[in-house]
Amino acid sequence: MFDDFTHDLNTFADHAENQFLTFMLGSEEFGIDILQIQEIKGWGSVTKIPNMPDYILGVINLRGTIVPIMDLRKRFKLQNAEYNATTVIIVCKAKDENHERTVGMVVDAVSEVYDMNEKSMQATPDFGSNIDADFIKGLANIDDKMIILMNVDKLISHEVKDHLEEVKKLSDELESEN
Amino acid sequence: MDLKDVVDSFYAESLEGLDLMENVLLTLPPGPVESEVINKIFRAAHSIKGGGGIFGFAEISDFMHGVETVLDQLRNGQREASNELSELLLETVDCVRHMFKAARDKKPVQQDRVTSLRQQVDMILHQSAPETSKLKTELMVNPKSSDWHISFKPHPGMLAKANDPLRMIRHLAELGSIRSQACLDELPPFAELDPTECYLAWEIELTADVREDEIEEVFSWVLDECDLIIKPLDSPAKQAGKSARIELKPVPSGDTLQSTDGPAASESIRVSIDKIDNLINLVGELVITQSMLSRFDNDISALDLETLRNGLSQLIRNTRDLQESVLQIRMLPIRFCFNRFPRLVHDISLKLNKKVNLKLSGEDTELDKTVLECINNPLLHLVRNALDHGLETPEQRRRANKPETGTLELKAYHESGSILIEVIDDGNGLNTDKIRKRALERGIIAAEDNLGEHQINQLIFQAGFTTAEKISDLSGRGVGMDVVKRDINDLGGDVWLESEFGVGTKVSIRLPLTLAILDGQLLRVGSEIYVMPLSTIIETLQINSDHINTLPGNSQVYRLRNKYIPIIRLDEAFNTNAEATKLEDGLLVIVDSERQHYGIWVDELLDQQQVVIKSLVSNFKQVCGVSGATILGDGTVALILDATGIVSAFTKRHNVSGMAVA
Repeated sequence: MFDDFTHDLNTFADHAENQFLTFMLGSEEFGIDILQIQEIKGWGSVTKIPNMPDYILGVINLRGTIVPIMDLRKRFKLQNAEYNATTVIIVCKAKDENHERTVGMVVDAVSEVYDMNEKSMQATPDFGSNIDADFIKGLANIDDKMIILMNVDKLISHEVKDHLEEVKKLSDELESEN
Repeated sequence: MDLKDVVDSFYAESLEGLDLMENVLLTLPPGPVESEVINKIFRAAHSIKGGGGIFGFAEISDFMHGVETVLDQLRNGQREASNELSELLLETVDCVRHMFKAARDKKPVQQDRVTSLRQQVDMILHQSAPETSKLKTELMVNPKSSDWHISFKPHPGMLAKANDPLRMIRHLAELGSIRSQACLDELPPFAELDPTECYLAWEIELTADVREDEIEEVFSWVLDECDLIIKPLDSPAKQAGKSARIELKPVPSGDTLQSTDGPAASESIRVSIDKIDNLINLVGELVITQSMLSRFDNDISALDLETLRNGLSQLIRNTRDLQESVLQIRMLPIRFCFNRFPRLVHDISLKLNKKVNLKLSGEDTELDKTVLECINNPLLHLVRNALDHGLETPEQRRRANKPETGTLELKAYHESGSILIEVIDDGNGLNTDKIRKRALERGIIAAEDNLGEHQINQLIFQAGFTTAEKISDLSGRGVGMDVVKRDINDLGGDVWLESEFGVGTKVSIRLPLTLAILDGQLLRVGSEIYVMPLSTIIETLQINSDHINTLPGNSQVYRLRNKYIPIIRLDEAFNTNAEATKLEDGLLVIVDSERQHYGIWVDELLDQQQVVIKSLVSNFKQVCGVSGATILGDGTVALILDATGIVSAFTKRHNVSGMAVA
């Protein structure tokens, strides 16, 4: 029976229902594949990392590992990123080509868990060269709400790779400032 | 244990065996060979051949067969060692390494290389049958004595392992005639006698035309469980007793010495029994302390402050000891890195026609396994550079009134919580003028830059810099020194160079002893707390405002004992806000980066404490000026500062603004 089950999974992966955790960023609802989520933590203080973009808030100690925290609201340039009672950190795992990273993302509030069929979701509309659109897996419609499904892997690997360019940009800016 | 594990350990052991062969072959003098020396490598070759057969590496086993035959002839004196023979055998060692690597990575073997070497080995084997004159030397070289004295003293527990001394003595009797005498000295009174223990020992005289190892073989099952001394009757005693031999050895990887790429063989570490026993003892003590403290948990009324305090201080001591011992496990002597250099130097100097005498010292200096692995490549670069650029050819050396044979020295020692590795050659040294000229051509420095000799010499660590007139396959492409520097900086160390033209060059590498833990100074800037490794701090001082001077371009220097030290404001470097606004309200931490001093300005100094280093990279990425993070006692994260990174970011920023001003 179990064999049948894995067989189903393999053959009909497209039709399998995935669970997504949704959360609020401003007025929009976003979703992350629940298998990528390690835990949800209340908001606490972080240790700042020097010379980082404002949306990298810093690092926290998660039971002995150092986990970087990114504020998704600032990342997506939403207005009023407040820190209040419902502000939480979603700790999730992002895979790179050969590496798995644990990162925390600050969101306004956690909302629901939905079963969703990846097939039924709509591909991201083409916004031209808007990089942020790359981090979206697709759009889904549940109870007449739009849910934006995020591609955490891409978001994080972009963040980590961006480093060199960032440094270059910074020094260029410095040069032009002077 | 599945077969894969067995095969893996066969790989590891074979590679060790090959290393051993290589080391012995390198020091093998021409002429007849001492049997002990050749026995060592013969055994290594033999077990590779045997194991190869068992584990299905027929090719390797076949190949080793020829090598073994040559070694066997060397062993029984039918053949004498020569430089050519050593060279050939060294090549076969490389080739077998290559075959192992190919087998492990499931890649095809370079068939032509194997075939050509096999042909050479076969040729040697068929050449000149052993001559009678050489047979004579055999007797000299390899004492095939006919009278042997064997003292055999089984440990008490030997019988329990189903080993019967009688069987061995019978076996000896098969080799020749024996006279044996039992020693009853240790036989206890009958009432105390435990029939399962062996109290007897034997002194045996054997008259047989056999070699020592043939006798040893009789006892091969019980070598660990007895004291065994075998000596020819007419020669001084030779201790052949074996005791458990557990040495630290890294698992060697890589085919030839030059290539270290490819997946590491397997991540394992051999640890001496002593270290483990020590750990077990410490854990035992910890358990005792714990039971002492947990008494209070059961009966709170028994709580007495004095005992509690004692218990806690004991706990602190236990933890610290335990931590130190655990770290000791990762420590390996630098010998494992140095060991490859005799071969490398031998090969390269042959290729370059230079005469080099390699001196190694401080091989027992211990450092972390990870650090050890990471310095292999930088050291390789430095040694190759020294041989290629540093040392001159014999003619040039004669002309310069130097001995024809150059000296290359590799040195390792501990200095204030770090390990220092030096590569010293007595070659030509750096030509400062040439470097300056080349740096000007390449635009690395500007004509008006007024650099001291020391600073100019450090320029060779810049990317794309080479002064070699012609590019060889050894060095000269200008990749190298910058990579060395980067690798070492990545490890949290630094590298600098001292050189005198015509006299020699010394490259020094300073590395942290371990990557797992460090002694740190906590310091505060604004609300953030950082950790500065104590090893990089020279001193800390309160600022005397009279000693602050401002240079054009708004950079400040501090006069410390008549030296001007650039001030780096950590709040500026890190874009945060400091509490103090005026320089004199903060403190200066004088740090050393590549033998230059800089003053890092902070708000306040806090405690000094040992911190456990956590990686930032594993979940995030490399951050400039930060080498890692740690968790403080209150659970918050503090970043560990990297002085070299801060300084280089500072000088870069400085260069940019300086250029804008100019």
